[in-house]
Amino acid sequence: MDKIKPIQDVENEIIEEFSLFDDWLDKYEYIIELGKNLTDYPEDRKTDDRLVKGCQSRVWIDFEMKDGRIFFNADSDAIITKGIISLLVRVYSGRTPEEILSSDFSIVEQIGLKENLSPTRANGLVSMIQMIREIAADHAGDQTL
Amino acid sequence: MRPEDLRKYFPALERKVYGKDLVYFDNAATIQRPQQVLDLWNSLAVNSNANIHRAVHRLADEATEAYEQARLFVKNYINAASREEIIFTSGATASINLVACAFGEKFIGEGDEIIVTESEHHSNIVPWQLLCERKKAVLKVIPVDENGRLEIDTIGDLCTEKTKIAAVTHISNVLGLVNPVEEIVSICHSKGVRVLVDGAQGIVHSKVDVRKTDCDFYVFSGHKVYAATGTGVLYGKKELLEAMPPFMGGGEMVGTVRFSGTTYAPLPLKFEAGTQNFTGAATLKPALELAAEIGSDDELKKSGDAVRDYLYSELESVPGLRLFGKTGNMELKIPLFSFCIDGVHHEDLALILDKMGIAVRSGQMCAEPLMDRFGVSGMLRVSLAPYNTMQEAEYFVKSLYKAAEMLRR
Repeated sequence: MDKIKPIQDVENEIIEEFSLFDDWLDKYEYIIELGKNLTDYPEDRKTDDRLVKGCQSRVWIDFEMKDGRIFFNADSDAIITKGIISLLVRVYSGRTPEEILSSDFSIVEQIGLKENLSPTRANGLVSMIQMIREIAADHAGDQTL
Repeated sequence: MRPEDLRKYFPALERKVYGKDLVYFDNAATIQRPQQVLDLWNSLAVNSNANIHRAVHRLADEATEAYEQARLFVKNYINAASREEIIFTSGATASINLVACAFGEKFIGEGDEIIVTESEHHSNIVPWQLLCERKKAVLKVIPVDENGRLEIDTIGDLCTEKTKIAAVTHISNVLGLVNPVEEIVSICHSKGVRVLVDGAQGIVHSKVDVRKTDCDFYVFSGHKVYAATGTGVLYGKKELLEAMPPFMGGGEMVGTVRFSGTTYAPLPLKFEAGTQNFTGAATLKPALELAAEIGSDDELKKSGDAVRDYLYSELESVPGLRLFGKTGNMELKIPLFSFCIDGVHHEDLALILDKMGIAVRSGQMCAEPLMDRFGVSGMLRVSLAPYNTMQEAEYFVKSLYKAAEMLRR
């Protein structure tokens, strides 16, 4: 199996990518690009139990367990939200529940997104993170290797 | 007065967001406050903080005087018959809930009917639904057509001998269309149906005359018409208000209190239980003074109309833009535009516009049934005030094109 980089390393990669942008416009254009590139979320999985509560836009988070790791897939009808969630998927997908639960989820703040978000949107983001944590918590301890 | 002159009263309009000049186009949600309102609000809190209607000391006199002056001003502003018909509340929502409870308690029974319109916001739907649940009454709905126009031809048929009250908006907060309230009232009254008019937007954008309209209740919020937040008005015809039981108990709403029974204060205090938001309510006077000045200023009307007409025609020519609340008669349209753009999510658009310094509203505008009517998950809404300029409108249109280009899938 490929060696998966630690969470901290992926976070640092993303922080470095975002440090290239001087102004908000470039930053958002990049997030929008990320959003447009996040594809392959099956329509039949856009169900209420996968819907994140508390977002103005609709966000669905799906996952599957493989070898004790959680693989996330997500989608949103809003492109900026989709871009942000693609970052979360990149950091947290393929991790063990314990790795996810030990993360402080500070990546969004570190790339300077949280202060740019309106409270409603920030709430949506908090809800997305909460859902990822809940999924991890539900599966912590079931080591089916 | 030009909009540029009017802006000088509003300190908030001078601020910058993200280093850019603020373009405040979310006035239908709340309007900015002028200096004279801020000054009175502050002065009462600092100098005249005393509980109104009770003590005999100097501070209480000043606070009570300011509060009652505001009531008198509101009464004259909307042409009510007496000050007893003006009840202060915390906002339009509180006013509607008061009517739904107190009118409902007295006049609504099992099987009775209440009419609302499809274009109401939740505050003029949910209180009536709650009443229907309590009393086993029935809620009926006046539909809107494809352009958002109220289908008033249906009202005659909707009203039966079971129908007791209709609650209709003066101007929809999503469609920005002025409803023919006088005509609606006249149809309803001919069937013996009382009418509550939600004037949350109407008080800002039109001349309100409750006696001419002949509505039974008219409600509005202070914060949408330049006054302090947490203030509101319920106008009600005296004979109705007198027939209705109190809504809440306590404070100055009593006559005498005995454990064997309590009598109630005369109007309007009967409906003002507990300590009122007197520092806020008093600001309705300077707020409506300014509204009156704006309303009688031809130059402001001219510039406001020009900005509205410009935005209407510009928005209609944006590719893939679907505008809600269309009309051929611009006199019936306030400077409020709700729309969707194909392939672009309203929330994304609002976020990018925000970064450009433009405050707009996105989402369902507290009117989910209307969103369902048009089959959309939400809209973008721009709502202007008389202090908004043509220059701001032009910057907005330019920014909208840029944002849509960035976001289009």
